[in-house]
Amino acid sequence: MKRGFVRGVVLMCLFPLLAFFVSGCSRVSSSQTAPQDEVVTMWHWLSDKEDLLESLAEQFTKETGIKVKVDVFGPTETYKQKVIASAQTNVLPDIFGVLGDKKDFANFIKVGYVKDLTPYFEQNDGEWLHRFYPDAIKTVSFSKDNEYGIKPGIYGVPLDMVTIQFVYNKDILKQAGLDPEKPPQTMEEFLKAVKTIKEKVGVDGLVTGFGELWLVECMASNFAWNIMGEEKMIATYRGEVKYTDPDWVRVFEVFDKMRKAGVFIPGIVIKSNKEAERDFARGKTAFAFNGSWCVNVYKHMNSNLHFGTMLPPKISDANPVGVWGGAGTFFVVNGKSPRAEKAIEFLKWLTEKDQQVRFVRDANSLPAVKGCEEFLAPEVRGFLKAMNFMYHPRNFPVQEDPLVVDTFCRGIQGIIVGEKTPKDVAEEVQRVKDKQLKKRARR
Amino acid sequence: MWIPGIGFKKQAILKVGRLAIFLPLPFVYREKVSMSSLWNFLFILPALLLFLVFGVYPFYKVFQLSLMEWEGLKGLPMTFVGFRNFWEIFTSDKMWWISMLHAGWITFLALTLQNGVALILALMCARDIRGGHVYRVIFYIPPVLSGIVIGLVWSLIYSYPDGVLNTILVKLGLESWTRPWLGDPKTALNAVAFVHMWKGFGWGFVILLAGLQNIPQQIYEAAKVDGANAWQRFIYITVPMMIPVFVLVAILTILGTMQIYDIIAATTNGGPTGHTEVPVTQILSWMGRRRFGYAAAEGVVFGIILLLSARVLFMVSRKLRQD
Repeated sequence: MKRGFVRGVVLMCLFPLLAFFVSGCSRVSSSQTAPQDEVVTMWHWLSDKEDLLESLAEQFTKETGIKVKVDVFGPTETYKQKVIASAQTNVLPDIFGVLGDKKDFANFIKVGYVKDLTPYFEQNDGEWLHRFYPDAIKTVSFSKDNEYGIKPGIYGVPLDMVTIQFVYNKDILKQAGLDPEKPPQTMEEFLKAVKTIKEKVGVDGLVTGFGELWLVECMASNFAWNIMGEEKMIATYRGEVKYTDPDWVRVFEVFDKMRKAGVFIPGIVIKSNKEAERDFARGKTAFAFNGSWCVNVYKHMNSNLHFGTMLPPKISDANPVGVWGGAGTFFVVNGKSPRAEKAIEFLKWLTEKDQQVRFVRDANSLPAVKGCEEFLAPEVRGFLKAMNFMYHPRNFPVQEDPLVVDTFCRGIQGIIVGEKTPKDVAEEVQRVKDKQLKKRARR
Repeated sequence: MWIPGIGFKKQAILKVGRLAIFLPLPFVYREKVSMSSLWNFLFILPALLLFLVFGVYPFYKVFQLSLMEWEGLKGLPMTFVGFRNFWEIFTSDKMWWISMLHAGWITFLALTLQNGVALILALMCARDIRGGHVYRVIFYIPPVLSGIVIGLVWSLIYSYPDGVLNTILVKLGLESWTRPWLGDPKTALNAVAFVHMWKGFGWGFVILLAGLQNIPQQIYEAAKVDGANAWQRFIYITVPMMIPVFVLVAILTILGTMQIYDIIAATTNGGPTGHTEVPVTQILSWMGRRRFGYAAAEGVVFGIILLLSARVLFMVSRKLRQD
């Protein structure tokens, strides 16, 4: 009797535990998955394009009979983590985006989660390939002898383009007695304009999301591009030129100069880009540094905002001014998906002119395919023009070590808050670079 | 469990590590094992299993990962590097130790100021004051709110130039005091610490209040009859009787504060220029740089430091009780 009671209690304790494990570890039964087998699933992070993508998916279903389910997961950092976690458990959807740098992209390809789309792009004499701006394709391609050992080819489908440059509030410039159609072009003009605006309008100079290190890197590499040019930047990444080189010190000095001239809005080094966008939309600063997606964001935040775009202020005549750009949003097809063909069909359809025009009209996107220019809003056209000055370090044949980039950006933050000098930062970055080079050599 | 891509010797090292973690478990309970204690074990078996699966096993996996170099995607090679990650933490990762100092400073403030305020409020509410229950509810609201939400709200309060705090300072004629509280390296850490303390004092308050209410009133009455004043009653009755509660609150404060993350993520994200970096943001940033093995090693070091500090506190409390 007693033993039976104890056995009963033990079973009662173990049964839920067992059930818990079994239910947790087992695969979803085939009866549950059956209807889903026919549905192409797409995960994205573009909360501002959620309705648009859903309506396009519905339209695609109507036209082709292929069901597409579009799920949004945001913000971007959450999305990035979700994709990595899903890759561990092999539950990635048919279409997804790889957020991160080229190394992240390469890693996903290496483990087989990204399908090589080259044959599809090249079909029918490259009909699909020729739709796109070449720079959009560059972002999603791996060239011959790339440093990651990836088979050369095209691995993603760009949905839109992005360029990142300066934007300015036309009304504030007007109030300060400056010509809103002639924004400053050189650093001297820029600093002078900020001073005038501060004195006459009482508004801060520049806001951007410098709490996010990639924006610091973006602005700094624009200055570096202008001061030293592509070759020297690549040579630095290779370890052939030091960060203590006078040209790099000059890059750091630009930030020091801007700090001394009171260009930055207070607290800029902890601002997320979202906060920075809010500040600019509310007229707290005359200038912002942002990507082409900002047109849609600013219009949502303040429909009365009149703004224009300008290239980064020129520092040197030695090289042309450059802006970061390339494919903004791009998607990949899961290499392990049984619905890969249908997924590719959907992406092909999304990049047809009619659908791209909807992206342009409804979301103020910079299109990835040619022939939609006439539908662009005037503010977006400014970003389109910047495509002539476009480059991206991720497309360089060699990439800088992430720890060096991190130290570089944090160093610039230190200059902005007045904690570090340009020379200190140059030396600090070079120390880290030397260490990483040694480490790489050991490997 | 065979890990692909690493040799026999390295597999053996990992096996020894695994045994070192799992084997001692049955010997932790050192009393003589009788039939009745065996039955007792049987009843705690479900809880023990859960602990092993969700506590010990993940710790073992993290330890295993800390000996590897891995870029965080299943299918990518895991390279065995032995204790190189730990060596790097102790010899060249200055930022890790700075982040520990930051967390340590916030913990120090929480242990003293936050718990001091919690004790004062608990002492006040332990008396039969009018509306005591209302105060208890009010003080307990911040701890139950999400850290992210609190962080966002306080970001607005601290924001420059038109946040609530700066607006009040301007109205008081203290314009020179206004600043971007979270963006200024001189004030960022203390500003974040203040938010953490505001959120956390309610926990201490509730536990301390419960402790105070457990002290028999007769002891206070007897002391009063003997002529002890309020301060003497506090020092000679309340404090000694509350030592176990103080230790509990201190341990919870240390463990909770050292692992601070949500408020930092919502306010400064470790900035400006690393002035509010804490261990958890550091671990996450190494994961972002695809060094999962190194991040795991930092996690192991951090876990050991927390375990040691809890152990030291237990020893101190035992000593105090003996005295």
